[in-house]
Amino acid sequence: MTKKENNEPGKAMIDRRLFLKSTALGLAGTALPLKKARASIWNSFFQEHFSEMDDGEIKKVLERLEQENQKKYGRNIDIRADKPIEGVKFAYALDLSRCVGCRKCVYACVSENNQSRNPQIHWISVLKFKKDDKWIDLENADRYYDPNLVPEDDSFYMPVQCQQCEDPPCVKVCPTQATWKEKDGIIVVDYNWCIGCRYCMAACPYGARHFNWSKPGIPKDEINPNTHYLGNRPRYKGVVEKCTFCVQRTRVGKYPACVEVCPVGARKFGDLLDPDSEIRYIIENKRVFRLKEDLNTIPKFYYFFAT
Amino acid sequence: MKKNIIIVLLSIFTGFVFATDTIGETKEFFVPPPAYPERVFPCTRCHDNVPIKVQERILTMNHADIVFDHAEEQRWCLDCHDAKNRNKLKMINGNKIDFDGSYNLCGQCHGTIFRDWKQGVHGKRIGMWNGKKLNRLCINCHNPHQPAFKPLEPQDRPLKPLEANLTPKKKAGINDQERK
Repeated sequence: MTKKENNEPGKAMIDRRLFLKSTALGLAGTALPLKKARASIWNSFFQEHFSEMDDGEIKKVLERLEQENQKKYGRNIDIRADKPIEGVKFAYALDLSRCVGCRKCVYACVSENNQSRNPQIHWISVLKFKKDDKWIDLENADRYYDPNLVPEDDSFYMPVQCQQCEDPPCVKVCPTQATWKEKDGIIVVDYNWCIGCRYCMAACPYGARHFNWSKPGIPKDEINPNTHYLGNRPRYKGVVEKCTFCVQRTRVGKYPACVEVCPVGARKFGDLLDPDSEIRYIIENKRVFRLKEDLNTIPKFYYFFAT
Repeated sequence: MKKNIIIVLLSIFTGFVFATDTIGETKEFFVPPPAYPERVFPCTRCHDNVPIKVQERILTMNHADIVFDHAEEQRWCLDCHDAKNRNKLKMINGNKIDFDGSYNLCGQCHGTIFRDWKQGVHGKRIGMWNGKKLNRLCINCHNPHQPAFKPLEPQDRPLKPLEANLTPKKKAGINDQERK
């Protein structure tokens, strides 16, 4: 049938391509939040990728999020977006000969980083191992230990959190580039770009990523109002979160919360590129190892034995 | 032959000079002051008025509350506290030091830990990772008479998967009884 023949009066004149185009556009239109089309929702829907935004655009996003949080939590939550410090690469070291397994770091992290209390999310898991031939036997590690007093004589403890890999498998699998490695070596998540597919959780060999199965439950008066866009700002239902070495603290020179709370001083933190830093001294002078080194993820989290 | 001996002697001598330099090095550390118990310091307030007894014994009157659990079979009070000036501590070589510099005293036996402490690897750090480093005194964390840490009560264990409350009941509008 030629085009001419189709051109009869009374017959619809629409070709296949046009039909498909308009159908697709119409369907896409239904997906837009038309009913609640407030300016902030539109802006949120069309927000650029973090790396593609300039300072002005980031500022607008932060203002929008602060307004949203004000409405949601009824209090002012300051969200900053401090950039990485030039020439710095963060690394962490943990002294296994000192750790007593008291879990103070776990709860300091929860309150500093606005983790959900109900359902419970902990960025740090403290594993308990029996002191025997098998040494670090991950399959038989116990993270639910609950004795009256720690340390127990026959056990040793190993806190595990995000290892901030130099070659992070979680970043490779993200289909929306919602997670990436910053210049200072911290792996961050943009909660506004995360679609909650949980590929990164499957890819992470350390179990360091956690998913918000429901709306995070945090008592309003316990929210830490000093937050970072890529770190501890309040999260949404359906996004993945993880340890960021307390990006909101470390980028302004402070130690992470877990370092400061450790009662036995087992946690060490510093700049890997500074030859005079504590972290470099530990790597050069102590017996260090990295968790699952054989996977070649190159963690920047060193476990060591000081004695 | 003579030449060789001279070289060996010279190298030993230069090594010795270097060693004394390292030992004699006085590096100052930014440390917080020790927490003096107000009632007891300065020690000379009482000790200047009592005769010095250097005989090893168990204290029954004053300081009886101090439990000594720190190589107690090998030494006693006056091995570290100076007998003549009680406001000072005494090093093994007889030097007297202030309580502010007590890390030197501890470092005499705990050499490897002292080395780590000087580098900031032993001990707790707070403040700024890129700012001025504060080295706490040994006695800010350890009781010098009972230095081992006491066992602690651990904080709550994480919830097991079946204990986790994934769907807030209030939101769903169902309470436990209705569910049953």
